[in-house]
Amino acid sequence: MNAFLSLFCGFIFAVGLGLSGMTDPNKVIGFLTLNKDWDPSLAFVMAGAIAIHGTTYFLFRKQKKPFFAPSFSKPATSNIDSKLIIGALMFGLGWGLGGFCPGPAIVSTVSLHPKVGVFVVSMLSGFFLVNVITYMLSFRKDSIQ
Amino acid sequence: MHIYLPPLIGGAIIGLSASILWLGSGRVAGISGIISGIFQAQPTQYIHRLLFLFGLLIGGITLLFAYPTSIHVPIPRSIPALVIAGLLVGIGTKIGSGCTSGHGVCGISKLSTRSIIATLSFMAAGFLIATLLAGRSI
Repeated sequence: MNAFLSLFCGFIFAVGLGLSGMTDPNKVIGFLTLNKDWDPSLAFVMAGAIAIHGTTYFLFRKQKKPFFAPSFSKPATSNIDSKLIIGALMFGLGWGLGGFCPGPAIVSTVSLHPKVGVFVVSMLSGFFLVNVITYMLSFRKDSIQ
Repeated sequence: MHIYLPPLIGGAIIGLSASILWLGSGRVAGISGIISGIFQAQPTQYIHRLLFLFGLLIGGITLLFAYPTSIHVPIPRSIPALVIAGLLVGIGTKIGSGCTSGHGVCGISKLSTRSIIATLSFMAAGFLIATLLAGRSI
């Protein structure tokens, strides 16, 4: 059941992104550019998503465990630290520069447009780089202890 | 159709996806987290991550046939700009633990202070750079 849910949720997530306009970097840049031609329509994507997910979350707030799994996943940390802010600022700069955030970029790879491929390979390299550095730092910490 | 209707309906579908994944499997529909986890030294929930990715791609292929103008779009930025943008998005979402979906949709829906601050930060940075670059071809 969980396997099916992952596949199904990935599928409808992509359909939602496509319908919403998020897969069009011209629209994203039009939303992020504050000038006389400002196109606020993409603000409604987040509004629609939060309206549904926030309501679900509120209605099922007393739910002890998910329907098909032993427990709800918990965020690794609730700290508000410089990592969170610096990471978010870097992400925002990349989003405004390229016009893609991770989901729409991955969905758009099916167009086989080489520029989308360039963005996605760079993004995956970014993930990989941070993972490798984190992994190496964890070894250093282990050897100190 | 009103111009705000497709974003609202698309957003609602995204919210539905996040809700089903949360209530069914207890997982957060944060794309950067799900995808970047595939590239970890010791991946956890590997099958879930791959299946979600697979679902995204099948969704993309469906759009390609059902609503091709959502996928076949001119890409406004140059290749060097996209290389830098991709690196910033990859590194930034990894060290900031989330993107538009994980912080912007799932985190805010749970009224997480952490996600609200992250979302305000990346929105501000996005508005700033896009506005500064307006009218330039880069």
